[in-house]
Amino acid sequence: MKIVVCIGSSCHIKGSRQVVEKLQRLIAEKNLGDKIELGGTFCMGQCQKGVCVTVDEEFCSVTPDTVEEFFETKVLAAL
Amino acid sequence: MSNIRKFDTKVQHLKYKVLREVARLAWNDTLLENMMDIPMTIVPGKTPTMRCCVYKERAIVAERIKLAMGGDSSNPNIIEVIDIACDECPAAGYEVTDSCRGCLAHRCEDVCKRGALSFDHNHVAHIDKTKCVECGACAKVCPYSAIVNRKRPCQNACKVKAISINESNAASIDNENCIQCGACVYQCPFGAIMDKSFILKAINLIKESENNTKHKVYAIVAPSISSQFTYAKLGQVITGLKELGFFTILEAALGADMVAVEESKELVEKGFLTSSCCPAFVRYIKQNYPQLVPFISHNLSPMATLAKFLKECDKDAKVVFIGPCTAKKAEAQLDSVKEHVDAVLTFEELQALFDSRDIDITTLEEGVLDNASYYGRIFARSGGLSDAVAQGIKEQNLDFELKAVPCDGIEACRMALIKKAKNILDGNFIEGMACIGGCIGGAGCLTHGEKNKAEVDKYGKEALEKTISDAVSMLDMMK
Repeated sequence: MKIVVCIGSSCHIKGSRQVVEKLQRLIAEKNLGDKIELGGTFCMGQCQKGVCVTVDEEFCSVTPDTVEEFFETKVLAAL
Repeated sequence: MSNIRKFDTKVQHLKYKVLREVARLAWNDTLLENMMDIPMTIVPGKTPTMRCCVYKERAIVAERIKLAMGGDSSNPNIIEVIDIACDECPAAGYEVTDSCRGCLAHRCEDVCKRGALSFDHNHVAHIDKTKCVECGACAKVCPYSAIVNRKRPCQNACKVKAISINESNAASIDNENCIQCGACVYQCPFGAIMDKSFILKAINLIKESENNTKHKVYAIVAPSISSQFTYAKLGQVITGLKELGFFTILEAALGADMVAVEESKELVEKGFLTSSCCPAFVRYIKQNYPQLVPFISHNLSPMATLAKFLKECDKDAKVVFIGPCTAKKAEAQLDSVKEHVDAVLTFEELQALFDSRDIDITTLEEGVLDNASYYGRIFARSGGLSDAVAQGIKEQNLDFELKAVPCDGIEACRMALIKKAKNILDGNFIEGMACIGGCIGGAGCLTHGEKNKAEVDKYGKEALEKTISDAVSMLDMMK
């Protein structure tokens, strides 16, 4: 599975660094490092919906507060 | 608001109008058919406003059009003289004017170590050109300010002495000595020296991208933008760039953060370094102090570092750098850089591009630009790079006592390099900035003002990321 987080200006201001750090922690906790590849991009063209994240191309809107929920429903559920 | 107030001088405004009209036609794919109409558009009617007649004015505009379209490809220099625009200013050096009152004191004579001053039967001073070495001491001591230096503004601006006067009395640039800083471009009161423009390249990249579907066109903007477009908000400039067709906009300051990390490590490893951010400074070392070349940091500039990184993430990316600098246009043509940066524009040219599409940025919503740290952003002003390297050393817990020598302007750079060549420099890191004030003094700025340094510092403090390591920490997962 490939998760891509936008780190462009707009998403960065909305907390993409916290989103990335939380995802890294969750992936490590669940020992999913070999199943999930975490990547970044500079813009997904949907800045209003940031923090923009894609899970295998599926677009998701995430905030630092919804990372856990996102991880449960979009990542763990799909694995 | 009137366009002229967006610039420091009317020369810039004229240059801008030509760029704007060339761009306007280029967007519509009608440049080749209609470019001959531009001189009439810019110089209508029969009354000259700049030169002896409208025909000369139009002929000069035609030369500007050539430069706006990329200039003389047989001349490797980014900076070109428009021969017919050169007004052949007096260049006689120190001269006594009719303000000389024929006084008794003769301070001018006393101070002249060369015995170049003599006096006629009216006791009026004369300077013997065969003896005068143009030290200027006589002019300084004259109580009537009667002695003036008739030096051409271009030659006065060129601190590396690359401008001479050719057989037809026009200014001529020695490409071997020129560092392409653009000081003469900004200082020539007749606008007779201009930087080649690559607006057509940028327009083509945007058009060929077909709304960023064929490839994505990224704009990398220099942090000195914080002191520019003062009539609007920075966020509006960012939105304007997207309206122009750029996919997204990145801060060159993020590249500066990346450079600060690497450059501080390199400094600790080698013990002495000169910076490599300013392409005019790097060129100056290569041309004048070849023995110091090994000390030039091996890092690419912030522009090239970030552009290279972008292309590693998105191999089809096209990158346009937008900044205050004419020398960056030359840097982008170097073998080590040209694969990373596709075109370089100045802030002047960006203004022309906005207006060529009738984009009034003051009416736009504010976008955001925030990736870099405070330290990356203050690269835009003299001293900022040294501060960033000090911070890089601190954040990486490197054991090294930094003694930075920030050089503000190419003359200060020269002094430090001379000392280093003689091994008497008190310092281990030369920060070289060819323009006075650093990048905010660049020739491609729309305006140059007292407050620009404060604007850069303010912009720096507004950065979300407070440390260099936080700013660059996100990049590792990109590849």
